[in-house]
Parts: sequence; structure tokens; C-alpha cells
Amino acid sequence: MAHAEGQQHPIATHAEGQQHPIGIYLKIWGLLFVLSTASYLVDYFHFQGYLRWFLIILFMLLKAGLIVAVFMHMLWERLALMYAILVPTLLLMVLLGIGALEADYTFFTRGVFFVKGLF
Amino acid sequence: MTQAIRTSTGEPLPLPEGIQGIVADWSSDQRAFKNVPWGKAMMWIFLLSDTFIFSSFLISYMTVRMSTTDPWPNPSEVFALTLFGKKIPLILIAIMTFVLISSSGTMAMAVKFGYEKNRRMTFILLLITAALGATFVGMQAFEWTKLIVDEGIRPWGNPLGAAQFGSTFFMITGFHGTHVSIGVIFLIIVAIKVVRGDLDHERPGFMTGRKGKYEIVEIMGLYWHFVDLVWVFIFAVFYLW
Repeated sequence: MAHAEGQQHPIATHAEGQQHPIGIYLKIWGLLFVLSTASYLVDYFHFQGYLRWFLIILFMLLKAGLIVAVFMHMLWERLALMYAILVPTLLLMVLLGIGALEADYTFFTRGVFFVKGLF
Repeated sequence: MTQAIRTSTGEPLPLPEGIQGIVADWSSDQRAFKNVPWGKAMMWIFLLSDTFIFSSFLISYMTVRMSTTDPWPNPSEVFALTLFGKKIPLILIAIMTFVLISSSGTMAMAVKFGYEKNRRMTFILLLITAALGATFVGMQAFEWTKLIVDEGIRPWGNPLGAAQFGSTFFMITGFHGTHVSIGVIFLIIVAIKVVRGDLDHERPGFMTGRKGKYEIVEIMGLYWHFVDLVWVFIFAVFYLW
């Protein structure tokens, strides 16, 4: 194959693409089921406040990590691809921060100006 | 520099690993992404751009939800279903989540059997994946119908509270559902290519001169897993928050 040059990667990749035993997919599948059930139970048992948010984010990131790492084979890619895809997503944290600041300010001004009879 | 550079070894040089590998790959004056077919690298870059689109939606949703002064409708109650005479919170969404995760599992195995050139298993698993995807879209259609017809939720307002609930809900789940629907269509196309033996005989596909290869199953898989990945985030921040 044309892209077969330099296939000295120690793990798993060779000219025919990604090949892994079927067991790893089944295990990750099972794990995703467990994590989804856990995040559903967070709602079912009415956890509230910081505990709820912490658990939701935790299960979300674990599930996302498993899907990207194993199902999408990112774990076995070269670092050049891994960084090219994963690092830019960190920029979204900036957008998240800006959004939160802006929302806080909007909420504050609405609180001030929507109160009837203040002005 | 003490490292000697070997040239003309008669066999491919080993690629450096780690940070040195990144620098070497990007500065090699060749393609930067070694060991991956370019179609796969391009799919990853498309998915990165799609990540930004969905993130913009989800961050806008966060912004309007944080800034509204009206109470936010409780998703746990809005998406409850009455099953066997009992009201179960969020159960439809939970089932949809399990359906989509299962389709991701069958897709991952389809990729594996594809590279093993096991046509039959790849075809069957791709069809199961497409069927689960179609089930997901069907359940979403049911959910939308219930919300629009029974609960009177509209993009511009709803009787339960903040108007932004409807607009963000229809925008985000609508865009995601579109992705799933397109994915189902392409899964069926890839499944037909597999079962006809197009990939074994390297027949070029529709509108392309490139030879058919089993890597298209993996590229299809990347897209499909991404759809599942987005749902993980929607499930967490829209339905559970």
C-alpha cells in the first residue's frame, strides 16, 4: 500500500490499518453501558447541586475519552495526528469562558432593568 | 547533535516517537500524518470542524440558559414517559443513549471485520449499525412529536418557562438528528459496497476515481462514533443538567 512506508510503529498499526482483538471493543462497549447507566441514575436519584454537576461532567468526559481513544483508535495514532485534533479543541475553553462572563453580565442587567418600577 | 542520520538503508527508516516524532512528522516536507490514509486524516479534520459547530451550539445554549430570568423547564420531567402506569423520568432519552452506544459498538466491530476482509460480518454489522441509527432517529421523531403536539413547545416559546428551552432544544437535537440521518444513509451505501465486493476488487466508487479500500469502513466509523460522541455531550449538558 502507498502509505506503508516507515511502518515501524511498535503497536498495532501496519499497512492494512487498525487491527485489534474484538474483546477490547466489547469491553469498552460494556463500560460505556455502565457509565451511561450511572449518569442516568444521577438523575433518577435526584442528586442536586455540585455533586450532580461533578458526576455528570465526570461520566461525560470518561465516556467521551473511551469513544475517542478506543472506538476511534486515537490511542494508536501517532502523536502528530493526536495533537492536531485534540489540542485545538482546548480553544473552546476560551469560548466557554467568554460565554459564561457574557451570560453573567446579561443576567445581571436583566435583573436590574426588568424589575418594574425601578426607573 | 550527536545523532547520526542514516540515509539509503534499503528499508524504511523508523519514525521517531514522542515530541521528537511530532516535530519530525510536521517538518518532514511530506504529508504530516504518517500511517493514516489521507481520507482518514481528512475525516478527522472535518470532525474537528464539526466539533466547533456543535460546541458553538452547546456554549450558546449555556449562555442563554445562564442569562434567562425565567425558570428553566425541568428536562427530567419534560422527557418523562409513562410506562406500565408509572411515570419514569428521562427514560426515552436513556433508551436513545443505549441505542446509540450499541450502534457505536457494532460499528467498531464492523471496522475490525472489514480489515480482516470478512465481507459477511462487516455487512451484517454495518446493517445493524444503520438499523440502530434509524431507531434512534425514529425515537427522536417520537420525542419531537410529543413535545410539539402534547406539550406545546415551540422554538419561540413554551408554557413551561424560559422560551430559550425550545429554541436551543430544536436547534441542537435537530442538528444532531440530521447528522445521524446522514450517517444512516452513508452506512447503507458502505454496506452495499462491502457486500458487492467493491472493496475487495478495488472498484472506484460513485463520483470518484479512487480505488475502493476497506479503510472507507473505518472512515465511516469515525463519523459514526463522532455522532455518538456528540450525543454524550448533549445528553450530559442538555438532558441531565
